[in-house]
Amino acid sequence: MSEHLGDWTKGEQAIIYQTCTSCGHVQYFHRAFCAACGTSDPLEQRASGEGRVYATSLVCRAATPETRAHVPYNIVLVDCAEGFRMMAHGENNLGIGDEVTASFAPFAGKLVPFFTRRK
Amino acid sequence: MSYITGVGLTPFGRHEGSSSLDLMSKAAQAALDDAGLKRADIDGILCGYSTVSPHIMLATVFAEHFGIRPSYAHAVQVGGATGLAMTMLAHHLVVSGVARHVLVVAGENRLTGQSRDASIQALAQVGHPDYEVPLGPTIPAYYGLIANSYMHEYGVTEEDLAEFAVLMRAHACTHPGAQFHDPITVADVMASKPVAMPLKLLDCCPVSDGGAAFVISCERTGETGVRIRGCAQAHTHQHVTAAPALSEFGAEISIARAKEATGLAISDVRYAAIYDSFTITLAMLLEDLGLAGRGEAAARVRGGHFGRDGAMPLNTHGGLLSYGHCGVGGAMAHLVEAHLQMTGRAANRQVRDASIALLHGDGGVLSSHVSMFLERVR
Repeated sequence: MSEHLGDWTKGEQAIIYQTCTSCGHVQYFHRAFCAACGTSDPLEQRASGEGRVYATSLVCRAATPETRAHVPYNIVLVDCAEGFRMMAHGENNLGIGDEVTASFAPFAGKLVPFFTRRK
Repeated sequence: MSYITGVGLTPFGRHEGSSSLDLMSKAAQAALDDAGLKRADIDGILCGYSTVSPHIMLATVFAEHFGIRPSYAHAVQVGGATGLAMTMLAHHLVVSGVARHVLVVAGENRLTGQSRDASIQALAQVGHPDYEVPLGPTIPAYYGLIANSYMHEYGVTEEDLAEFAVLMRAHACTHPGAQFHDPITVADVMASKPVAMPLKLLDCCPVSDGGAAFVISCERTGETGVRIRGCAQAHTHQHVTAAPALSEFGAEISIARAKEATGLAISDVRYAAIYDSFTITLAMLLEDLGLAGRGEAAARVRGGHFGRDGAMPLNTHGGLLSYGHCGVGGAMAHLVEAHLQMTGRAANRQVRDASIALLHGDGGVLSSHVSMFLERVR
């Protein structure tokens, strides 16, 4: 079993992805196996946080008191440099194709990935 | 062969004091009456889920409550695609001889039985529990992401999307059971409250109370028969983060399979009943299914193509966007309306020729798809 690295979903300020040691498939949702070929123990690595915006949606109507305190917040899908797509938060003015880099920002009692336009 | 021998639909909107079982029972009784069948004739029950009253065995809860002892029963859960998925299963159960008359039923007091926040929160859980839900997305946000990317790719504008809301409202205005009867304009949609951009309040379906039911049978019980000609599914992902590229939509896969199963083409279709949880959902599905070219669906709405008197009448009851959305029963209303059209019972909404209908349902975030062709037989 390869080392399981902690990421933002576990309270660490990191984005982790997995690469299959057999077929090279890259996946973002953590699993004990490769979803493409089934090989066990994909290699876990920390992502650079660099990527490109695939899509955005500015949430103006939230459903819980904790999230409502942050309205409006921008939900973004980012295609990361390592070849996986992830959901995160981003600056409100981000557009499709923008080159972005990740930091971490507080949201509803948690630190979540927050993308800003690359300088 | 299988036939849809009866349909039942309650008005959608507020049913103060009605439980999910009450609404299911009301719709089921209407479907039985329509089919001319008695409780004892029903030997199969398929039911949807209720977010207000979740139960691990809802089909048997309903069967006991309604007074049926079926030889086959269980619930089905595929989000918004559940109604057509149940119909597809009922078709196969009937064709293979497992059951003779399958009652397909769903109903939910989603509007008065829980708060809007609770509904939004319950539905947002289709997102990934670790990688999406903690970010505070809502169902409109998942579809907002899809809208943003689709509009960018095909040059679709927010005004284009608004056309679908206006059309569904115009249709709802002609149906007494619809939740909304006030006409709206593109300007009204554009000026409505932002929900998850680019989607605004009038781009989103409402939360409703209501119920719907059908009976799928091995033989016709009425003069005009509505036959399930064939159907197919496709499931490409669950979470929007894991959705395939814009070139590999599940709807395109399921419609290709349904066309192959039936030998029918889109040019054979005379009536369309298409899932419309959001304006973007309807725009994309019409284009994925081949009912309009890429980026061209809105122009067809403006040209009257999808109106009652147009070449391809669409959701003449008002769809989820304006008839209303009570969960699983919401998209079942599309089939009820198609059945009324095909059997010439749609009153002031009646279209010229609904001899062949195409139905399509979508669950999750364009995750699960069911395409189905219905054919009128005399």
